[in-house]
Amino acid sequence: MAGGRERVLRRRISSVQNTKKITRAMELIAATRVVKAQQRARAAKPYAEQITSVIENLAAGGAEVDHPLLRRAEKVERVGVVVISSDRGLAGPYNTTVIRAAERQVQNARSEGADYALIVIGKKARDYFRFRNFTIDSYTDGISDNPTYEDARRVAETVASMFTLGRVDRVELVYTEFMSIGSQKVTTRRFLPLESTETIAAVGGGEAAVSGSFEFEPSPEAVLAALLPRYVEARLFGALLESAASEHANRQRAMKAATDNAEELITKLSREMNRARQDSITTEIMEIVSGAEALGSDDETEDRPAAVGVEA
Amino acid sequence: MTFQIELVSPESISYSGEAEMVVARTLDGGDIAFQPGHVPFIGVLAVWSVDVIRPDGDRDTIAVHQGFVQVVGTKVSILSDVSESADQIDVERARAAKSSAEAALAADKEDADAAGALARAELRLRVAGAEA
Repeated sequence: MAGGRERVLRRRISSVQNTKKITRAMELIAATRVVKAQQRARAAKPYAEQITSVIENLAAGGAEVDHPLLRRAEKVERVGVVVISSDRGLAGPYNTTVIRAAERQVQNARSEGADYALIVIGKKARDYFRFRNFTIDSYTDGISDNPTYEDARRVAETVASMFTLGRVDRVELVYTEFMSIGSQKVTTRRFLPLESTETIAAVGGGEAAVSGSFEFEPSPEAVLAALLPRYVEARLFGALLESAASEHANRQRAMKAATDNAEELITKLSREMNRARQDSITTEIMEIVSGAEALGSDDETEDRPAAVGVEA
Repeated sequence: MTFQIELVSPESISYSGEAEMVVARTLDGGDIAFQPGHVPFIGVLAVWSVDVIRPDGDRDTIAVHQGFVQVVGTKVSILSDVSESADQIDVERARAAKSSAEAALAADKEDADAAGALARAELRLRVAGAEA
């Protein structure tokens, strides 16, 4: 029956409309959270820059120590991979790309003949790796969409202790770098061992001192030893903040696309529904007309046949 | 003559302003005061307060729970995970922390965590002006 089709379409349209409302709301929420996350990432910059600048000045002062975090293994037997993903989905390609990059690191480690250790942040990466029977060494959730420094410190401590105890000989950090609202890039960085102080200084980011000779208290070595763990934390914190901003930006984009698609679908479906309605009206009219005609031809036989007769 | 002071925590810049003099305490080095024109200096800070003497003569006291101080040219930067000014300190909580740390220390003199907690609680109370 023609009316049935119309009803089905109407129901479908209202369901798409509801979905659209949800995706629109998620889009707006993500949009405000991107801004917040961006501000936090910006607010955290000075600390990272200052730490780098202290290291630069230490390097200029000639401090190079034998710190466990700088230990370079002769043979890499186990590679740690830190992957930052999100807890929740509906963020477009955000999780898949970062997870795939992490898996590539694991494969690299295997092809070098080394074992791997996964340090996973975020439910999505855990689900992926657990489903594929990877061993997960450390897992943290509930921090990826609004990370605090405490969270970063906890994870950094885990990773640093794995490294200093020799359970891993190298650590790669896989996260999504936030370039701008419109562009985020999956990045893999060497996390540990730290580059020598000279390299940190050369890569820069901090404001190098103009004046050369520094006084150090208690000693350059002691300062560096106290500073390096903080540097590791600050780097992880920076990566967490950038990932959070990227997550929200990706979600915003995905939800905008979903809203647009829903709108398109609604137009298409309502067109179809209107056609169906018109079809059913036409059919009904036809039915009525032919019914009336059938009745009429019984009563007044001269009408039509006469006309036909004239034409013929 | 004044210089710039900035207190930087990992999450934000928590204090910034002009100062005539800054007094801090370094790890096993004792108190050190910085005035404009100080030699470039990098030091590790103890769990102690940092006093900022502002150009108008007022003094801001900030509790700094370890960190670093860097003096370059006309700028003093203090990097610290945790720093609190007097009005941010919860005196009741600090009192409670102090007594529980003291109890822990009484039971075990070697308890380094408790010793650290005691030092932090005492610093908080001192900065908040509520000497216990």
